Amino acid sequence: MNLQLLQEVTAFIWQEGDMLDHGEYDAWLNLWTDKGTYIIPINPKETDFENTLNYAYDDHHMRKLRVQRLIGGESISTSPQPRTVRSLSRFRVLIDDGMNLTVRCAQNIREFRKESLKHYTADLTYELVRHEGSFKIQRKLISLINSDDTLAGIGYIL
Amino acid sequence: MSNLIPAVNLAVDPAELVKADRVHTSLYTDPALFDAELEKIFYSTWVWVAHESEVPEAGNYKTTYVGKQPVIVVRDRKKNINVLLNRCRHRGATVCEHKKGKTASFVCPYHGWGYALDGSLRGIPHPESYADCIDKAELPLVSLRVESYNGMIFATFKDDIEPLSDFLGAAKKWIDLFMKQGAGYGIKVPGEHRFRFPGNWKIQLENTTDAYHFPLVHKSFLSSVDEQTLELFDFVEGPGYVEDLGNGHSVMVMIPDLVDLEADLDKPIPERFESLAAELRDEGIEEQQVRRIVRAVGGSGFNLNLFPNVACSMAFFRVLQPISVTETEIHHSVITMDGGPAVANRYRLRLHEHFQGPMGFGTPDDSEAWERVQKGANAGEDQWIMLNRGLPGEKPSEDGLVSDVSAETGMRAAYQQWKKMMSA
Repeated sequence: MNLQLLQEVTAFIWQEGDMLDHGEYDAWLNLWTDKGTYIIPINPKETDFENTLNYAYDDHHMRKLRVQRLIGGESISTSPQPRTVRSLSRFRVLIDDGMNLTVRCAQNIREFRKESLKHYTADLTYELVRHEGSFKIQRKLISLINSDDTLAGIGYIL
Repeated sequence: MSNLIPAVNLAVDPAELVKADRVHTSLYTDPALFDAELEKIFYSTWVWVAHESEVPEAGNYKTTYVGKQPVIVVRDRKKNINVLLNRCRHRGATVCEHKKGKTASFVCPYHGWGYALDGSLRGIPHPESYADCIDKAELPLVSLRVESYNGMIFATFKDDIEPLSDFLGAAKKWIDLFMKQGAGYGIKVPGEHRFRFPGNWKIQLENTTDAYHFPLVHKSFLSSVDEQTLELFDFVEGPGYVEDLGNGHSVMVMIPDLVDLEADLDKPIPERFESLAAELRDEGIEEQQVRRIVRAVGGSGFNLNLFPNVACSMAFFRVLQPISVTETEIHHSVITMDGGPAVANRYRLRLHEHFQGPMGFGTPDDSEAWERVQKGANAGEDQWIMLNRGLPGEKPSEDGLVSDVSAETGMRAAYQQWKKMMSA
């Protein structure tokens, strides 16, 4: 097992999670490749996300709009903004071809907003591209373990 | 607002709770009224259960609810659609736990009783002990009455109510118009967003015919769209209208230019659709069909509210399911063109994700507003919900009553039907 690589990808993904929990959205937007996609599927067995209905299927343009919606103060479901703390663990490098990597990990996120504490658990699967000594995100797939159940509004970035 | 009635009588005379211009707050909060609604409305009228594309072939099924009762919608070998209560006739277990799928039969997991797709009881394991004290013909899965219109499947517990066609009445021509967004390919429902909110079902019912909230509640959505779309959605002071269609149904026309999607195909293609049109042409689709697809791709310019549980809402089906007096489940079923070009269907999928669902730019804000209504409704138990907007300008129309686009005419229509059914 390449422990140095595991440490590098873990540090990168922990940093991403910390940015999201602390509202550093400009820095977060810069973590992505131009063609990167942020996907939250509904059906846990789905593989063709582009041609099916998801909760989110964001390209760069939609990611920017989503951030603007969260911070813009125009949306009653995100004002007040939810507070989140996410824990990321169980990192595993699935594929490494020298340039591109696929990494899977577990995410537990706690959300508090308006008298309500919620909990979402997901498998995260990252496709990362090596870039200037670090990585860029080519795809982030968020597979909620209850994705095919009824959900309530999620006013932040998973 | 001095028109108070004693709280003790609220549950006993529903007719007193609905006035021409307002309804009593207890319609959102009284558990006894909720129980009465299940009986007198959801178990007494036509309730939408599926679109036929959800059960395309023999053996295809989906599970859903009529009111609070679990049902299976399934197409049998003769291609008939059955709506069956999801409970074994032996000791009551559900015989199907999947949301959708394909099967040859339904087998109870408890003792193995097996039912055919039409609900008939086929197999009883170890039947010897029953000797001749059981007749399988008397114990099929309980079947509801089923009728459909233009692909929309409805079911009812009542054998003696009017045919679906009469119940829909003037709404039928709007259903026909809505289905034109299939652009000749037909309508398909390939998925849905499901979510719950802590509020009464009628708060959602009202919202589908509420243009008034759009620019305020959906400000963040409007900030995220292009100029042309923004103009299109600037309809509150526009030429649109709301029409009461009878039997609690109503239509809210927000964008009159997009009522008939087969009309005006010669008009210039709007700028925001130019790249889609170019991709369709590259696939070898002829110009007239390109225009038809592009005109249909964003959906119809109206919301058709069908009492009590479904709406044909611009580009999707909105389905509501009552959970309790203070909780409601909503399904937003996406619509694509069945067998249509993938590039156009992707456009529709992304459009749906943009507004709908728990991470959409619209639904969570609606949900927040409805939650606030339910919370606020706990204050002042003798207060009324005002529904008099657009009343001064309301006029008789061919099918009922019509007023301006942000009038509460559609809500008044729904509550008059509520009053009629609850008083029956």
